[in-house]
Amino acid sequence: MTDLGSIALWIALLIAGWGSAVAFVGGIKGRAELAASAERAVYVVWGLMLVASAGLIRALLTHDFNIEYVASYTSRNLPLYYTWSAFYAGQKGSLLFWALVVSTFGTFALAANRGKYRELLPYVAGVVCAVVFFFVLVMVFTANPFERLPFTPADGNGLNPQLQNPGMTIHPPMLYLGYTSITIPFAFAVAALVSGRLDTGWIHAIRRWTLLSWLFLSCGIVLGMWWAYVELGWGGFWAWDPVENASFLPWLTMTAFLHSVMIQEKRGMLKKWNLGLIVGSFVLSIFGTFITRSGVIASVHSFTQSGVGYYFLVFLVVSAVAGFALLWWRWPRLEAESQLESMVSREAAFLFNNLIFIVIAFSVLWGTLFPILSEWIKGTKVTVGPPFFNQVNVPLGLLLLFLTGVGPLVAWRQASTANLRRQFLWPLAALALTVVALVALRMPDGWAIAAFGLSAFVVGTVTQEFVRGTGARMRLHQENPVMALGRLIGRNRRRYGGYIVHLGIVMLFVGFAGQAFRVDQEATLRPGQAAEIRSPYGHTYRLVHQGVSQYEQLNRFVSAASVDVYRDDVFTGALKSEKRQHLNSLGRPTFEPSTEVGIRSDVREDLYIVYAGSVEGTEEAVYRFTITPLVWWVWYGGMVLVAGGLVAMWPGGGGPTAASRRRAEPAGYVAQVAG
Amino acid sequence: MKAGAKFAVGGALILVTVGYLMASGIKETGVYYLTPAELSEKVRVDGRIYDAGIKIGARVVRGSIQRDVASQTITFRVSDGVASYPVIYRGLAPDTFTDEAEVVVEGRLQRDGTFRATTLLAKCGSRFEAAPQQAGA
Repeated sequence: MTDLGSIALWIALLIAGWGSAVAFVGGIKGRAELAASAERAVYVVWGLMLVASAGLIRALLTHDFNIEYVASYTSRNLPLYYTWSAFYAGQKGSLLFWALVVSTFGTFALAANRGKYRELLPYVAGVVCAVVFFFVLVMVFTANPFERLPFTPADGNGLNPQLQNPGMTIHPPMLYLGYTSITIPFAFAVAALVSGRLDTGWIHAIRRWTLLSWLFLSCGIVLGMWWAYVELGWGGFWAWDPVENASFLPWLTMTAFLHSVMIQEKRGMLKKWNLGLIVGSFVLSIFGTFITRSGVIASVHSFTQSGVGYYFLVFLVVSAVAGFALLWWRWPRLEAESQLESMVSREAAFLFNNLIFIVIAFSVLWGTLFPILSEWIKGTKVTVGPPFFNQVNVPLGLLLLFLTGVGPLVAWRQASTANLRRQFLWPLAALALTVVALVALRMPDGWAIAAFGLSAFVVGTVTQEFVRGTGARMRLHQENPVMALGRLIGRNRRRYGGYIVHLGIVMLFVGFAGQAFRVDQEATLRPGQAAEIRSPYGHTYRLVHQGVSQYEQLNRFVSAASVDVYRDDVFTGALKSEKRQHLNSLGRPTFEPSTEVGIRSDVREDLYIVYAGSVEGTEEAVYRFTITPLVWWVWYGGMVLVAGGLVAMWPGGGGPTAASRRRAEPAGYVAQVAG
Repeated sequence: MKAGAKFAVGGALILVTVGYLMASGIKETGVYYLTPAELSEKVRVDGRIYDAGIKIGARVVRGSIQRDVASQTITFRVSDGVASYPVIYRGLAPDTFTDEAEVVVEGRLQRDGTFRATTLLAKCGSRFEAAPQQAGA
């Protein structure tokens, strides 16, 4: 089975190479049989990737430690679900996972569009084959997951304890799915450029795909934040680490695209820009992979340095040059069909939105690459950290939050004063009220006040849209409020899904703003001793150390320290934090000890405790206590965002009937992209 | 003025502001990222190094870690095989901080040659990828 997997890789290499070559030859020379062969190559490669993946999974599950990858990442006492996750926990396995996912997406994209976009599909198949070819090439020549050891160890190394976390079993695949699924929009963009079919066809074909990869990326990023929060023990969830930034970059450009594509559909503008964003997103997703795997930039998250980095660098350069050269070649044929007419219009709001997304992406890229750039230019490595990123991105983020409220409501082409008054009176009142209230409550942080005020503004605009839309349906169709709201969303999924996403974004901003009020305290406590910490809301927490208990559990030895928590002298429960020493099947320690934090979370604030160790074998424990307001909003905001994305993406609900129905409804509330 | 031109002005305004924020951000918060060898070279040629924020990327010298749990102070040496510096760090160390771990310490160099770190990051070779096994090679 394993050898079969290895053979499957070699065959896939040949077939993917064949597929990418004949796709372009067949497409350009108009030879249908070659083009058809390329499409079949995608299906075959998919089958081969399934075989190879099955081979690796089987080896993992049967503990075939003769295979280097299996021995490196699993052990006999590793719980089953983490044994599964070892499939993508390491470099080699994740490459196979990547190739599997690209070929799966490619297969679905081709199957879903059969009979449509005849001129585009051969090139789509060609690009998919080329991308898979690259990944298989890397596997076969430098990182073969099926590589055998000259002997068979009795047990494997086991999985790093920090990866033994439920969040970590889904965070990496989500990010990989996000990164990889950008291949499909990229493939269609390349197909449009090569074939010269530059009408909106390619955009219709990829609309759901772009949303899908955006959703996966969003899920992956939020899960990664959650993992960092519960597993890394520093009390935060985003540190502007290069690897985090690398996942954020394509998310930014994809988000920009999801907005600007509406301008192209509605007004025929921004054609070059949209193609550029898709090519850019793909290049950035490869860049992210390069950063994670090459070790060129020091990061705490990265894989160990390996030769794989050079392959990715070459791939990065080739795809960037090819993509942008094609765009440059077709440049004259991508003229806008209309012009910006007014600064007070939806087009202008979206243009600014895009500009800000790109500026954020640029500043994040610049900050991430600054160590390399400064070394080239000045000969010394200079790094920038969170203060740099926050200084640049907090104002930009808030500007973007403001546009989140403005964009969907301001009229196309040119907004009249009446339109502005009708749409923004109440939301602006909500903004003003919030700011006045927070200033009156003496909230100490100006940026946080701005964030909360703008959040109220956006919530105001979205609520107004839902209320007006529901009201219109109730009048026109004599529906009850619940049915009217349900049908309103169901019949205009893209639009109202978008609003729900915006609500999720607002919740995320609320959570980010709460970070400004974080309080930390370290304490060394004997059993019975207490530490006091004041929360930003003015409550006093008293934390009474109960002692340290030690026991064996699953594949580890645990030292657990616990505290009783009193808020304003009222007992609210116990919290514990653990130090875990993982053991191998012989009972010997493996890896360094890891920390499990204790968290008590509610809508208002999180109490976060870390047990850092004991004083020389006694029960006197060292703790760090952190209170961070509004962290809850980040996780639930993430869920709302994903829910909104799913609504927007759900098939149907935006066909021509919906579009014509919309025309019958009151203007102003209607101004919306036809689905 | 036409809308396109207005947009260009607005856009330019944003770009200039961001450019300024980025430049000042780098100036104010940028820190040198040096190996111990590079740091000792800097110390020789540039007296102002004591006033600058510095990150040192190096390996923890085996057996040099001393933890004082009561005062939550950790002292250790970092080295790149060429030069070596003693480090004092007050706070909780990450789980991956052990002998021979690759660490990044950020802080300032004191005139007595010790490095007072305010942050301590440890990267472990086995974090995601097991260290190459000698027996298997």
